[in-house]
Amino acid sequence: MSVVQIKDVTKRFDETTALQGIDLEIEPGEFVSLIGPSGCGKSTLLRIIGDLIQPTSGAASVNGKPARQARIDRDYGIVFQDAVLYDWRTVAKNIALPLELARWDRRRRTDKVKEMLELVELTGFESHYPWQLSGGMQQRVSIARALSFDPALLLMDEPFGALDEMTRERLNMELLRIWEASGSTVVFVTHSIAEAVFLSTRVVVMSPRPGRISNVISIDLQQPRTATTREDPRFFEHVTEVREALHLGHDLERAPV
Amino acid sequence: MRRGVGRAVLFVLVLAALWGLWEGYRWLWIREAWTWPFIVNDTSMPHLHTIFQALWSSARPGGVGPLLITILFHAALFTAKEAAVGFALGAVLGFALGALLAHFRILARGFLPWVVASQTVPILVVAPMVVVWLNPKLPGPLQDWGAVAVIAAYLTFFPVTINTIRGLLSADRRALELMRSYAAGNWRILWKLRFPAALPYIFAALKVSATASVVGAIIGELPSSIQDGLGGQIINYSQYYTTQPTGLWATNVIAAALGITFFLIILVAEKLVVRRAPENVA
Repeated sequence: MSVVQIKDVTKRFDETTALQGIDLEIEPGEFVSLIGPSGCGKSTLLRIIGDLIQPTSGAASVNGKPARQARIDRDYGIVFQDAVLYDWRTVAKNIALPLELARWDRRRRTDKVKEMLELVELTGFESHYPWQLSGGMQQRVSIARALSFDPALLLMDEPFGALDEMTRERLNMELLRIWEASGSTVVFVTHSIAEAVFLSTRVVVMSPRPGRISNVISIDLQQPRTATTREDPRFFEHVTEVREALHLGHDLERAPV
Repeated sequence: MRRGVGRAVLFVLVLAALWGLWEGYRWLWIREAWTWPFIVNDTSMPHLHTIFQALWSSARPGGVGPLLITILFHAALFTAKEAAVGFALGAVLGFALGALLAHFRILARGFLPWVVASQTVPILVVAPMVVVWLNPKLPGPLQDWGAVAVIAAYLTFFPVTINTIRGLLSADRRALELMRSYAAGNWRILWKLRFPAALPYIFAALKVSATASVVGAIIGELPSSIQDGLGGQIINYSQYYTTQPTGLWATNVIAAALGITFFLIILVAEKLVVRRAPENVA
């Protein structure tokens, strides 16, 4: 059974068509990146999967349920470009937020927070406040929070977009390690080609006006990915492939109808 | 700790500067015999030290009876009781009203102009009406001062309502999406996100309201002819101003001290409650 199933989804905001005729299936354990220029609707698509907005027509389902039911069942965790930590809560309390809302008792929460801090390598920072952490550390807290209740699906909306290149590459490695350790499925929005190729098992290339899927590229680089993956000739081939697909999408846009 | 010492030094320096300004102004206007904007003499601007001397001498001429500061201290305690109850009442009602209006935005559109209008009615008009309406209905222990507390609440609730609305609606859009992704209900979004996000706004309002509640209590005492508070003392000493101007000034000093005390209590509470990045702390 697919983790995510999107059938003929269209989304219109007033006059503009943000998404048109989107079909996509994501299998368990996949790492799928949505890539495309601004305005191609990749974040919109992510929000439709998360039932944060509703499609104008068509349907999204998660774990075989309508997206709305999946949200109510807390089937997914979400990470935004900004860490969106509550600055009146400590790191530990931020990670425990979804657990509080799911009414876990205190002991279970404490144990789980400890486990998550180890996972994102922030043990020792539990009593810090968000503003005492660097941007990269804040984003790791936000990932720990998203994974704390063991969701089957992790939705990430340009999570490393605001970070510098060095931090981004380190967090890419860390994310892959976490992905393998947790066994969850990841849908990852980015506009970095290298990031999409390095992380993903599949890259979904989108183009704008109206937002649509123009290509889906399987990335058959060996698992687990390492620092040397970035130097693999196959890596560059895939990067070129995605880049060309992106440009093709643009040309389509300019071509006379 | 070092910052605390620095602040104390600064406070003393500012105090000394203000003292110097008062005495310097007095000295210059008297020497030049300037009459604009008013003639300066010991009645219109007594020496500051005579005001403090008056505090530590007997209230009545001739040196009999309790010290002025003792009388004013008891009056201040009485007014503080009215102001504190009024402040609590106004803060709770102001928050509740703000939460209600923030939740039902349509209600806010229709209702907010009336809330604003309520504050344009001079408190001196409202106060006697509140006393006339409420006093007959109040039980014995609340008689008289209960109505004054309501007047203080009337001045307290408005800033709290306005800032509660702003604060509750200030929660980050992404933070709200996050709560939605956790399938959190409206109540839990209110208590776990909107309310903590609103706290800095609410405290900003409480600081304004804390001093306003003291003013409200003093003004409320005037039409209800309550003698036990600072309002009664102000009426009393303004009648004797030409012969004993220091009495009214001393009462002013105590009233200001009471307002500052209220403000400081809220400031301490804010430091204990609101966790924010240091650069965001006012």
